Amino acid sequence: MAIITYRDAIRDALKEEMARDEQVYLLGEDIAQFGGSYKTCVGLFEQFGKERVRNTPLSEMAVVGCALGSAMLGKRPVAEIMYVDFTACCMSQIVNEVAKTRYMYAGQVEIPMVIRTQGGAGRASAAQHAQSLEAWFTHVPGLYVVMPSTPYDVKGLLKTAIRDNNPILFIEHKLLYNSKGEVPEQEYTIPLGKADIKRPGKDVTILTWSRCVEFSLGAAKELEKEGIDVEVVDLRSLKPLDEETILSSVEKTGHVVVVHEAVKNSGFGAELVALINEKAFDSLDAPIQRVAGEEVPMPFNPRLEAMAIPDSKKVANAVKKVLSL
Amino acid sequence: MPFQKKEFPDKFAALSKEDKVGLLRTMVRIRAFESRVEELFLNRRIPGFVHLYIGEEAIASGVMANLSKNDWITSTHRGHGHAIAKGAQIHRMMAELFGKTTGYCKGKGGSMHIADFSVGMLGANGVVGGGYNIAVGAGMSSMIKKTDQVAVCFFGDGASNRGTFHEAMNIASVWKLPVIFVNENNQWASTTPTSFATSVARIADRAKGYGMEGYTVDGNNVIEVYNAAAALVEAARKGKGPALLECLTYRIKGHYVGDPEKYRTKEEVQKHFTENDPIIRYADWMKGKGLIDDAALATMKAEAEKEVADGEKFAEDSPLPEKEDAYNDLFSFSPSEFPEVVK
Ligand SMILES: Cc1ncc(C[n+]2csc(CCOP(=O)(O)OP(=O)(O)O)c2C)c(N)n1
Repeated sequence: MAIITYRDAIRDALKEEMARDEQVYLLGEDIAQFGGSYKTCVGLFEQFGKERVRNTPLSEMAVVGCALGSAMLGKRPVAEIMYVDFTACCMSQIVNEVAKTRYMYAGQVEIPMVIRTQGGAGRASAAQHAQSLEAWFTHVPGLYVVMPSTPYDVKGLLKTAIRDNNPILFIEHKLLYNSKGEVPEQEYTIPLGKADIKRPGKDVTILTWSRCVEFSLGAAKELEKEGIDVEVVDLRSLKPLDEETILSSVEKTGHVVVVHEAVKNSGFGAELVALINEKAFDSLDAPIQRVAGEEVPMPFNPRLEAMAIPDSKKVANAVKKVLSL
Repeated sequence: MPFQKKEFPDKFAALSKEDKVGLLRTMVRIRAFESRVEELFLNRRIPGFVHLYIGEEAIASGVMANLSKNDWITSTHRGHGHAIAKGAQIHRMMAELFGKTTGYCKGKGGSMHIADFSVGMLGANGVVGGGYNIAVGAGMSSMIKKTDQVAVCFFGDGASNRGTFHEAMNIASVWKLPVIFVNENNQWASTTPTSFATSVARIADRAKGYGMEGYTVDGNNVIEVYNAAAALVEAARKGKGPALLECLTYRIKGHYVGDPEKYRTKEEVQKHFTENDPIIRYADWMKGKGLIDDAALATMKAEAEKEVADGEKFAEDSPLPEKEDAYNDLFSFSPSEFPEVVK
């Protein structure tokens, strides 16, 4: 096992898949010589050349549209949108075209494309550069949404996403790029739609993803000192969703806290709560708690920003609440 | 970069000495602000990220000298210079960069979101290409209200490749709105050279496609910028419709403070700075005309630095927001919540 960063794990996944399949190509703003705004493509331009690592003009609609058109005709594009916030600039392409093409045309065509982007707060980048928008996409039939939290997961899932024949929103977190973790030297992939139990426990289930896995594990560590045994389930992909792992954890613990950075109102957490209501209501010993982003655009001031998103303390409090402690 | 010059009437010649000096002062104040902001950012006094306007000062100064407080501008992520030239106060801008309650956005906006509606500065924008259609709307309001206010939309070369640009240009043209699209072609969009990403050599040429007039000027020559803007703003005020003004300049600093700038050489940057600094060029011209001397220039710089230092002190001394402040300003009064207010 090597210890590498989340950033390098992404680059390695891209590199391996590009070497494996020459239909794979990258396009996006500032990804070529510069290696991308968050440096996830460093070295790829040098290795694969300008045909396969393409800098684009500042034109998000063209980036996604071009990826779609070429995917329809057998290429396997990985498009980068610098910030998830700017998916709003190409939303029609994603929602009305990418997501619907296969279905509308009754499966005449496959759409093997990945849109890589990154979101989240923590760098004082304010209201237009720090959102968590995954629920926009899970709400649209026809898109997969993947949000890995560790170097191991990001590599294995990105490789799978590139090989998958469906359009996938692959949302990284800007504060995870420097995080480190073990990644096997030999090749591996991780199937989409498989959650990962990051910490097994018997008292409470935390359902979470992306950076909030970190906060949840932090809370679990603190709570362990008080004799509370928390299970942290990292969903890794929101669509497809691993209902089986979720429901069996809920059945085991009977207590659930959902943690995500996105604004609570209409967030994906609400979907999870509904799912559990529908399929495991009888297992619940207490109402489900949610820890999520505050109902405000992300404020610039770091103090306010920290307040607007979850942290370990908020998660720990919610766990205690669900246990009526 | 050769381009076809259009001779605009020399309105500049008719300016008073005071106004001519004023153009220089605006540039010097922007430079002083940006230079200090760079240091403060590197010293970790300013959170987030910051894009500097250094080397592009002639554009904001030359254009804004043709506008009154009643006119509007929309700005960009590189917006400090626009704000200062439009009349925003340096101490409140600095407080915003520090994230303080006394800042223009009470610390909730930061560098990329400075706005001062009281002087017609309708906001910097973190979304590249986010401003065009807001300027169109401002122009629309002027048209409906039958005032002679104009809206100026600043945007980068990279931004001219956003779809919003093309929609805004077309609608402004078909509705003959008083909107001037001012392109700051600084030859770079982040790490991407303009020539790599843009279908035309001159962004001004894009105006043709929308039935609009488009001109290119030397954006580091404040007199040229002033004269071009004077003609276009005046035409827009008179109901002659929109125009596109491309100002050629160069981004002296990295895309953001801290940018390693691996995509270009230090020599390239230095060459532009030493040969084509808009402040030096204009100051030299003024000296030649006897409009200013070295002592007066030194005093002007010292005053600007003092203003920035005072602004910094004000920012330092101002309170940080409290947690609860995060919830303010999201909505206006809601009639259902406060029926008595609405009545
Ligand atoms: C819609 C959108 N896409 C990408 C970005 C990231 N970004 C910020 S500034 C910038 C380059 C802008 O270039 P240009 O318009 O030429 O302005 P300059 O920075 O040169 O002043 C990019 C790609 C963004 N903020 N918004």
